[in-house]
Formats: sequence, structure tokens, C-alpha cells
Amino acid sequence: MIALALPAQDSGSFTPPGIDELHLPAILPWGAHDGFSKQMLLVILSVVIIATFFILAARKRQLVPGKLQFAGEMAYGFVRNSIAKDIIGGKDFIKYVPLLFSLFFFILVNNIYGAIPVLQLPSFSHVGGAYVLAGIVFITWIAIGVRKNGLRYFKLATVPSGIPWYILLIVVPIEIISNFLVRPVTHSLRLFATMLAGHLIVMLAGSGIEFLVMQENVLLKGASVLVLVGAIAMYMLEALIMALQAYVFTLLTAIYIEGALHADSH
Amino acid sequence: MKQQIISAATTDTAATNPLVPNVWEMGVVLVGFAVLLYIVVKFVVPMFEKTYAERAEAIEGGIAKAEQAQAEASAALEEYKQQLTDARAEANRIREEARAEGAQILADLKAKAAAESARITEQAHAAIESERQAAVVSLRSEVGTLATTLAGRIVGEALTDDERAARVVDRFLADLETQNAGAAK
Repeated sequence: MIALALPAQDSGSFTPPGIDELHLPAILPWGAHDGFSKQMLLVILSVVIIATFFILAARKRQLVPGKLQFAGEMAYGFVRNSIAKDIIGGKDFIKYVPLLFSLFFFILVNNIYGAIPVLQLPSFSHVGGAYVLAGIVFITWIAIGVRKNGLRYFKLATVPSGIPWYILLIVVPIEIISNFLVRPVTHSLRLFATMLAGHLIVMLAGSGIEFLVMQENVLLKGASVLVLVGAIAMYMLEALIMALQAYVFTLLTAIYIEGALHADSH
Repeated sequence: MKQQIISAATTDTAATNPLVPNVWEMGVVLVGFAVLLYIVVKFVVPMFEKTYAERAEAIEGGIAKAEQAQAEASAALEEYKQQLTDARAEANRIREEARAEGAQILADLKAKAAAESARITEQAHAAIESERQAAVVSLRSEVGTLATTLAGRIVGEALTDDERAARVVDRFLADLETQNAGAAK
């Protein structure tokens, strides 16, 4: 809020908020740049929210569920059936449900923060969290592949069958790069970048409205309404993207795990 | 202008480059996610799965129970039908037996009645015969006596010789009987 108010005070020219504005001053500073930031608080809060909600929803275990249990079962069933069962399938999918479930709701709640007025900060607009989650997934699917197929997994994952050797010369490096280098990077940056961009747009719209309202000129003041309409539309779009990115991240995780499990049939 | 941007970008990359993560935040996310994953693995997923399993079992159990009840009901129906057929057969059999028995009794009674009547008739015949015999005997002696008395009176002589008289009477009666038989012929 303080950051948003700043550009409007020298009403001569509009300075849009930059990436630096994403780094709010630490709530409990220690060291030069580090400290207990709002992001950290929100991440911890998300764990509390998710754990509390699902434990309360699952605890009663009634055959005919109440409202809370029904909501919990819907949410759980969505990840269990629409993601884990449909993508991974077989009898083994249940083993990966906890990871996919935790990923989906952890990302969803941390993203939705961006759409909640007071919190207004998606945790993954800082790249660190996205790196961590993508890293966990990266290690997980490689471990699954190796455990299932042994070290032969790396050959299965990089050398497609039924291709002449001179094409393999090109294909193998591409496969190595795309599977083992690009995949974790895109997996993390996709989440981070959409959250950052969404947050920037909302911030930009907010400061733009503030700047226009402060203007002496009535027409310029009136123009702020247009920005407001645009901002609301963008807000809706961002809310959609927040949920969608949680889904995409989890879906990709399921696809990577499925690929590692059935590497020999690909 | 361009120079300025480049120099600005190079001077404080650490602060502005969004791709450089904050290590502390990474730690918080890592720990937070690990805690969440632990809770989910330990409590949330088992509880939901148990509920699912119980629900599936309840539904399948209900179906099994209904099927069992259905089977029991149809078995009972079958049994009742069987009993009904048995009862009908039994009734038929009893009726048939009764009819046969009735006929038997009737026949017995008829036979008995016939025998009785035959016996009575026989007795009557015997009685009549014996009476006739007695009458014949008494008549014969009486007629003899009368005839001899009569003849004695006519002849005037007592036919005292009973032996001769009896012989004459017998001859007379024998003649009479042959005459009667010839007349009857």
C-alpha cells in the first residue's frame, strides 16, 4: 500500500510499479535482504488452512457426508480421480495421490492469495517456491523411473525406439535437454511467471487508477473508471489463471510420473 | 537511455532479477510443503480412502443383503407352492380313498342284505316244507283212519287188520298221487 501510494505523490509523471515492488519490506527483518517476509507468513498460513480444512472435512467419515465432508470429498475426489486416476491409472495411482493432492491445494491456496483483497500476494510471484516444488517433482519422477526400470531408465527416457542411428544423433541430445534440463525449468517458471505477471498487472492497474484519480483534470479523473473496468476484467482473468496454473502444475506432475512409470512403453 | 537501463540492470541485479530466489523463502516453502505432505499422507488421504472403502462396502453389502433376501423369499415361495401341490395331491388321494371305501361299504352291505334275505327265504321255505310234511303225514294217517272207518261202515266189517288196512290206504294214496301227477302233466 505504501509502495502504491508513492508514485501518485509527485503527480507530474506516472512511474509504473516495477518488480522491486514485489519485495515488500520484511515483517521481521534480519540481515540485509533477508527477513521474515509476507510471503513466508502466507506459505505457513496456507499449510494451516489446507491441513485444517481437510482434516475437519475428512474426520467424521460418515457414509452420507455432511456439507463440509462433501466439499472435502469433492476436492479430494477431483485430484484423486480426474488427475491421478485418469493420467496415471492402474492400481498404482493411489500411491501418488498424496503428492498430487498436496501440490494442487498448496499451489491453489498460495495462488488464490493474489485474488484476496487484504492478502493480495500470490506466494509464487517469488521464484523460490516454484523452484522448490518443481525440484521436488523433478527428483520424484526420476526416482520413480529409476526404481521402476533401473538405470536403463535414462536410456528409455532419451533414446526413442525404432529410429535410425543418424537421426538418433540429433534426437538424443534434444531428448536429454527437453526431459532433464528444460522440463524442470519450464515447470517452475510457468507457475512463477504467470503469478508474477498477474500480480504486476493488478498492481499496475491499482497504481494507475490512483494516479488518474489524483489528477486535477476532470477528464483524466474520469478515465480512471475505464482503468477500473479493465482492472476488474484482469482480476477475473487472473483468478482463473491462478486456479488453472495449480491444475496445470499438478497435471504435468502426473504426466511426468506416468511417463517415468511406463517408460518402456513410450 | 538504453545505456542507462543496461547500467541500472547490471548494478543491482541481485535486487531486481526475479529469477534469483530468496533462499529463506525456498526453505519456508520446502518445510511448509513437507509438513503439508506429511499431514496429507498420514491423515487426509487415509481418512478419505477409508470413507470411500466403507461407503463402497456399505453399498455392496446392501446389495448382497437384498439379493439374499430375494433368494430367501423365492425359496419360501417355492416351498409354499410345493406344499400346496402336495396338499392338493393329498386331498385328491383322500377323496379317492373315501370314494373307494364308500363303494366297498355299499357293496358289503348289499351282499350282507342279500345273504340275509336269502337266509330268511330259506328258513321260510324250510318251515313251509316241514309244515307241509307234517300236514301230509297227519293227513295221510287221518285220511287212512277216516277211509277205513268209512269203508268199515260201508262194508260192515271192521277192518281190524291194521296191516292190511294200511296197505290198502297206501296203495290208494299212491294211485291218487300218480293220478294227480298225470293230471298235472
